[in-house]
Amino acid sequence: MEIKILGTGCAKCKALDKVTREVVEEMKLDATVTKVEDIMEIMTFGVMTTPALVVDGKVVLKGRVPNANEVKQLLTK
Amino acid sequence: MTPLTGPQSGSKKLWLLGGLLVVWFLVYHYLQPFTNFLTDTVFGLEKGKHLTEAIRFFIFEVPKVMLLLALIVFFVGILRTFFSPEKTRAALAGKRTFTGNVMAALLGIVTPFCSCSAIPLFLGFVEAGVPLGITFSFLIAAPMINEVAVILLFGMFGWKVALLYVLTGLVIAITAGWVIGKLKLEKWVEDWVYKTKMGDTSLSEKKLSFTDRISFGFVTVKEIVGKVWIYVALGIAVGAGAHGYVPEDFMAALMGKSVWYSVPLSVLIGVPLYSNAAGIIPIVSVLIEKGAALGTSLAFMMAVIGLSLPEMIILKKVLKLPLILTFVGVVGSGIMIVGFLFNALF
Repeated sequence: MEIKILGTGCAKCKALDKVTREVVEEMKLDATVTKVEDIMEIMTFGVMTTPALVVDGKVVLKGRVPNANEVKQLLTK
Repeated sequence: MTPLTGPQSGSKKLWLLGGLLVVWFLVYHYLQPFTNFLTDTVFGLEKGKHLTEAIRFFIFEVPKVMLLLALIVFFVGILRTFFSPEKTRAALAGKRTFTGNVMAALLGIVTPFCSCSAIPLFLGFVEAGVPLGITFSFLIAAPMINEVAVILLFGMFGWKVALLYVLTGLVIAITAGWVIGKLKLEKWVEDWVYKTKMGDTSLSEKKLSFTDRISFGFVTVKEIVGKVWIYVALGIAVGAGAHGYVPEDFMAALMGKSVWYSVPLSVLIGVPLYSNAAGIIPIVSVLIEKGAALGTSLAFMMAVIGLSLPEMIILKKVLKLPLILTFVGVVGSGIMIVGFLFNALF
């Protein structure tokens, strides 16, 4: 699984990055988590509100920081 | 947006909401007698003394403002689930000037927006063909007319001032955006902005149920109240401190009606100052109590909230300096006109 965190570096983006990595670790998912900070690349995902979570090329969440449970749901779907 | 909870906890949420609303009402209703009981009986303070009244003011105002804040932010949170930057963008794309400016300013109030998303939002709007002036109407209205500002004004000055603030804020956002559109300043937008290619903005969204929206209301309350409570408490503490100690006409000589230059001066001081509405409004209420004119204080407040240095630094990435200066100039002038107008009217 390929997970991307889109965000230009605001506090909320860091929070999303942290909670996602924690969930991946906890659930021992076979996934790579990368952070995308380049604004042009972020735009190609069609995202106007950061942070956003992308799983295998698909935007599954944007504009807010979810809690760990919600991230679990999003990653296991 | 994805639902936060499964359907099974739906009715539980409704019960919780109902219970909280009852508690809210009871606390709000009995706040004044409780404050008096605490100050006069429990603390045993002497009535009428400056210190006593300052403490009474603080004990009463902090929970009152927090209660109002929590209630309204909750409903605003629910209201916002019906809006999104994507929908706003689609609604504004290709709109004609003026109608577009009005819509953009109104949508600026209700669209969930955080200044850290200003750049992607700006790019998204430009990419969809939303004219520059209309985009500015949105960017001016969104931070200036926010729920916290309106609630605090309502709590401290009553509904008339709150309504006036919203209306003048809208007029400034609409006119300033319209002027910026007329000036045809597209050349001062960084070139790369127009090369933005945007992906599909649709998110495979599940339809939100009523309880999902309620959950968002709770989340919004937690987020906003958790962020601003300290500023509210500090601001009211300053207000309580000034309550009995600073002479009534202390500010009259500086910010009174007769001092015409106080309006531009307040705007000049307000722009580099950065505070959220929660911090500045209690201070403004002290200024007014101590003799500052309403127009001058309002201009100061709008300059602090509406024009902020951090936001400009963020926007500097996409806008060239002359455009940022024009933006500040146009909005600043609008705020000054409001200041003069209010001083003349009230």
